Amino acid sequence: MEYAIEIDNLTKKFGKFVAVNNVSFKIKKGDVFGFLGPNGSGKTTVIRMIMGLITPTSGTGKVLGYDVTTESEKIRSHIGYMSQKFSLYDDLTVDENLDFYAGVYKVPKNKINEKKKEILEMADLVGRENMITSNLSGGWKQRLALGCSIIHEPEILLLDEPTGGVDPIARRQFWDIIYELSKKGVTILVTTHYMDEAEHCNSIGFLYYGNILSLDTPNIMKGKIIDGDIVEIKVNDTLKSIELLKAKNGVGDASVYGSGIHAMTEHNTDLEELKGYLTENNIQVTNIKMVRPSLEDVFVFLVEKENKK
Amino acid sequence: MEYDIIISSMTKKFGDLTAVDRLSIKVKKGTIFGLVGPDGAGKTTTMRMLCSLLTPDSGTAIIGDHDILKESEEIKKDIGYMPQRFSLYGDLTVLENLEFYAEIYQVPRKVRKEKIEHLLEFSNLSKHSYKLADQLSGGMKQKLALSCNLIHTPKYLLLDEPTIGVDPVARREFWRILFELKDLGTTIFVSTPYMDEAERCDEVGLMSEGKIVKSDTPSNIINNFEKPLLCVYSEDNHKAKNMAQEEEYVFDAYLLGEELHVVADDKDYAINNLMEKFKTNNITVDSIKEVSPSLEDVFVYIIKNEKRR
Repeated sequence: MEYAIEIDNLTKKFGKFVAVNNVSFKIKKGDVFGFLGPNGSGKTTVIRMIMGLITPTSGTGKVLGYDVTTESEKIRSHIGYMSQKFSLYDDLTVDENLDFYAGVYKVPKNKINEKKKEILEMADLVGRENMITSNLSGGWKQRLALGCSIIHEPEILLLDEPTGGVDPIARRQFWDIIYELSKKGVTILVTTHYMDEAEHCNSIGFLYYGNILSLDTPNIMKGKIIDGDIVEIKVNDTLKSIELLKAKNGVGDASVYGSGIHAMTEHNTDLEELKGYLTENNIQVTNIKMVRPSLEDVFVFLVEKENKK
Repeated sequence: MEYDIIISSMTKKFGDLTAVDRLSIKVKKGTIFGLVGPDGAGKTTTMRMLCSLLTPDSGTAIIGDHDILKESEEIKKDIGYMPQRFSLYGDLTVLENLEFYAEIYQVPRKVRKEKIEHLLEFSNLSKHSYKLADQLSGGMKQKLALSCNLIHTPKYLLLDEPTIGVDPVARREFWRILFELKDLGTTIFVSTPYMDEAERCDEVGLMSEGKIVKSDTPSNIINNFEKPLLCVYSEDNHKAKNMAQEEEYVFDAYLLGEELHVVADDKDYAINNLMEKFKTNNITVDSIKEVSPSLEDVFVYIIKNEKRR
């Protein structure tokens, strides 16, 4: 098995603060790896170490066989990086931004035009070459930023919350591009807060305050982490129902989910009994059923469990 | 029925671009209205006009008893407005930020201390009141920003994509606070790109190119979806998606989490033909059946339909 990224016991301390604690994971060539975790859990710090922008306190990392501490120069020419802030020049046109990045990444002159054409098509930006970047809406900007980060045909792509603030249609278009790249053999590491996006990853690492809590495929993670059932309940008074559910024996947690509630309960919950309990307390239950846990349920479960420790 | 916010035929142009086009919306007292739409639909422009940061070219809006054109100063006292990038003072503590906003909003000194304490408790920030705002996680910053906007007890709360870049646990916490504010009688006007959040609103307006293309309760919008929606679980949903998109009887096919969603005109015809097609292409299908749409399905359908016109 060939791995594009191998991280082994990586630790980063800032003074007494341990930002990343003994993190290990491997990403296969051509895989999409989802890096999840609450704000401030250390995701960006790991990405920076992979790029060789900061030096690990201990542990090792290999990217395409190169060592992250001693061979970061070599690594960087094979990496494309897109940050959550889309580092584009707002007062330049689409075309000028691409030219600029082609220059930075030293794309051979005779290849630039061909490459630009390919990216404009991929990003659905044909016809917008001369638009000033600041006039582009979120989805366009995002795809331009992606285009700029892959103009040098990197083998590895690091995406740090690339879809924040982008509407559902543009997000989907963006992910279509990601799959295409992965099919071509590009290895992708992506952080996101959208759990529906995380479902598409080949594997997922869940980071919490610098520690990897879980590392698996989305399906396995959903199957093995939550010890109990997830009950979806729709009621007329969500807030009151959550309080009632939390106070009930056999219910681990309850919180808002979509327009209803997800309650984590012990196995083999009696739904009729649960419904009766809410009805007795003057709640109208319009729907109650058992559902497969979503990745969001897993995320919330892991965080709450850690918080209780 | 009493309305707190009445937008009537409001229009705003920037040069040739009509950002907001004869927009009319009514928001009932003590409810949450969700404005959803793709990037560049005009959501932020609408928000800015409501809090008098921009003047409409024509049309107006009434908030409470006040007209935004004539009584903007009166309105400002009653409004809490949280823009996408709300400025907290990073080098001030949580407490100092709240004190600063109390000063700006001229909260009487007598009640200031009590108010701040109440807000800290309300947003679970009491323990963190001596931290610098810069040291807070994304979710906590969001809650602090909201608290700063609640210091003068506004009757109307305008929130422009308040939960972008915030992790799922923090988003749930944020919405719990919004529900509590609603219970206290606050009218909330919120824009969001998250469809699960939109489902929690009492009423939703789908905005596209400056206009509201649909406005109703989330459940009515979902129930009135006009086409059958099929959900496919297969071994290779990416391949299956590309295949389904080529079919003439398929209106749209896209991935939603681990599911492949197919919008078609004739349910049985589509199921039979897709099964056949997947079989000949060696894609193992676990299940294919009709499901009820989520708000995201409806959103994607309506917006794509608008664009086809």
